[in-house]
Amino acid sequence: MAEFLYIYRNSARARTAAMGTPEARQKSMERWTAWLRDLEQKGHVRSAGQPLEATGKLVKGGSRAIVDGPFAEAKDVIGGYSIIVADSIAQAADFAKGCPALDDPDGAVEVRPVAAM
Amino acid sequence: MTDPAALHEHLFRHEAGRMTAALTRLFGVHNLALAEDVVQDAFARALEVWKFQGPPPNPAAWLMATARNRALDVIRRERTARTFAPELTRLLESEWTASTLVDESFTGDVVLGEQLRMMFSCCDPALREPAQIGLILNILCGFGAAEIAAAFLEERAAVEKRIARGKKVLAQSARLFDLTAADFVDRLGAVHRAVYLLFNEGYHGASTRETVRRELCDEAMRLMVLLREHPATRTPATFALSALMALHASRLPARLNDAGELVSLWDQDRSAWDRTLIEEGRGLLEESARGEDVTTYHLEAAIAAVHAKASGLADTDWRAIVNLYDQLMRVAPSAVVALNRAIAIGQRDGPLAGLAAIEAIADRARLASYPFLPAALGEMERRQGNGVAAKAHFERALALARSDSERRYLLKRISAAEAATAPSG
Repeated sequence: MAEFLYIYRNSARARTAAMGTPEARQKSMERWTAWLRDLEQKGHVRSAGQPLEATGKLVKGGSRAIVDGPFAEAKDVIGGYSIIVADSIAQAADFAKGCPALDDPDGAVEVRPVAAM
Repeated sequence: MTDPAALHEHLFRHEAGRMTAALTRLFGVHNLALAEDVVQDAFARALEVWKFQGPPPNPAAWLMATARNRALDVIRRERTARTFAPELTRLLESEWTASTLVDESFTGDVVLGEQLRMMFSCCDPALREPAQIGLILNILCGFGAAEIAAAFLEERAAVEKRIARGKKVLAQSARLFDLTAADFVDRLGAVHRAVYLLFNEGYHGASTRETVRRELCDEAMRLMVLLREHPATRTPATFALSALMALHASRLPARLNDAGELVSLWDQDRSAWDRTLIEEGRGLLEESARGEDVTTYHLEAAIAAVHAKASGLADTDWRAIVNLYDQLMRVAPSAVVALNRAIAIGQRDGPLAGLAAIEAIADRARLASYPFLPAALGEMERRQGNGVAAKAHFERALALARSDSERRYLLKRISAAEAATAPSG
């Protein structure tokens, strides 16, 4: 078993649609809960991680200038992360297919093995 | 109910158990004290807000919503410092899942299931029955130690100690009782016994305050409603015990006379019996007949139903009652059941037959300190016209009486026996 980081990516449009009204928000959170609970019950969740706010700060290299997000250059934003355990990257990627982030055709789950350094 | 304090007490009784159950599902039973703190907190907040704004249209929903929000606060604040319910703790750590899980815990079906799991956990065989009942009253019915002490005529300190010890046992278990566990049937039996004891404490109990006793009966019947609402606990025995309680409770308005004295079934004003409860009891008894099981509760409820049907001693179907006691002797023989059977025989076949039936009770010695054995003998002698013998029996019963109401009742029987002795005219 190895650890993998899921990085959830959404378009701003999908994010607004999911979180725009309290009802939509509740429904979206229920979807996320169902998905993560299923993974947890199968023993594959190391940490369910956290969702992230859509905006923040970006600290630039070189000048170390601090600028506001959202980040104009990104088509999608990182919506949050989880850490899961799986036998292989193939299995980790396969699990990710059930993620609610993928309801958005522009959404994506980035699956990254935690490196052993 | 405009008085905020009265509303508060009423709501506390009804909602505290539901809130504690929902919160325990989230926090884990090892954090029972935290759950109870959150409940107290929600009530304190309610009193504060309602004092100025008046109570909301649905106070129960307001309280549940307040407890829900407080729960989420606590989880966010303490999720790095505490472990919550083992099966949820990882998901409660995450904002992806925490609010949904908290919402879920406060939905009706989940609350019901958790209340039942709590009830089953309170009936842990490691705890003695008084502790089980104390825990149920405290956690599920919102009774404080002082109220329990008053109801059971005990020292408050003793009740507090017993509840604290019981909660320690609960807190040491990893989780609440699982309603699909292998020992479910045994534990349901223990739950039935505890709730029946609670009912009987109200029905026969030590407290001289009628309102207190009525409350205990009501709480027991409310717990039975919970058992009837859940598919796992909706068994024939649950229906039979519910029927038994409804039929007995129907007599409560006639059990005491105006002077507050106990009136025996024989002398009760049956027009005061609660018809609604009798009907309910009959319906429940019918419901209990679905299935093969015939439990002692079935038989006791059936006996109560026969009494409920009669307008007095004369038109009581004693044949049916003796028959039911015969069955009870087969299922759960005891000296007390045998005595009741003998009394029924005395009604069916006359006092001589009754006396013979009492003579024939094999383990009569077990009733040596039971006042209703000499009382039954006295009653049969009195009916035979043997006033002197009757009086002697009643005096023996009086010496064994365990409560004031029993003593007062027996004193009246002594007078009745004296009246039977006195030459008439």
